[in-house]
Amino acid sequence: MEILEIVGLGLIATVFYIILKEQKGVFAILLTTAFTIMIFLLMMGKIQAILQVFEDLALKANINMFYLTTIFKIIGIAYIAEFGSQICRDAGTSSIAGKIEFAAKIIIMVLAIPIIVAILETIVRLIP
Amino acid sequence: MLDIGIVFKIAGIGILTAVLHSILKSFGKEDQAHLATLAGVTVVLFMVIQMLSELFNYVRSVFSLY
Repeated sequence: MEILEIVGLGLIATVFYIILKEQKGVFAILLTTAFTIMIFLLMMGKIQAILQVFEDLALKANINMFYLTTIFKIIGIAYIAEFGSQICRDAGTSSIAGKIEFAAKIIIMVLAIPIIVAILETIVRLIP
Repeated sequence: MLDIGIVFKIAGIGILTAVLHSILKSFGKEDQAHLATLAGVTVVLFMVIQMLSELFNYVRSVFSLY
C-alpha cells in the first residue's frame, strides 16, 4: 500500500513544518519543497506508464504522433508549473505563483496553436 | 522506494540551526549566529536543488520536452 507511506510521510513532514516554521521559516519552505519533489518523483513512474498506454493506443489508431507529443508536452508543462506555483504559494508569495501560472498558460497556448489550426482547417474543408 | 531520510535530514539541520542561532545570540555573537543560519540554509538548499534537478531531468525525459 503506497498511499499509507505517503500519508505517513505527509503527517511527519507537517509536524516538522510546524516546528520549523516557529523557529526558522526558510527551513520550513525547503522541507515542503523536498517533500513535494519526493511525491512528484514517486508519481512520475506511474505517469510514465499511463503515457506509454496512450502512446500504444495512438499507434494502433494511426493518429499523427505530432499531436500526441504536443499533448504530452502540455501535460509536462502543467505538471512542472503546478509544482513551482504551489511551493511559491506555500511560501506566501502568491504574486510569483500567479506569474508562474500565467507563463505556463501562455506557453501551453503557443504549443496548442498547431492543433487549433489543424482543427480549423478540417472544419473549413468540411464546409462546402 | 520512498527515500524518507531527506525529510528528517532537513528537519534536523533546521532545528540544529535554530538552536545554534539562539545560543550564539545569547552569547552576544550576532553576526556569527547569522553566519551559522546562512551555512545551514546553504547546505539544505544544496540538497534540495540536487533533488530538483533530478526531478526536472525525469520530467523532461518522460514528457519528451526538449
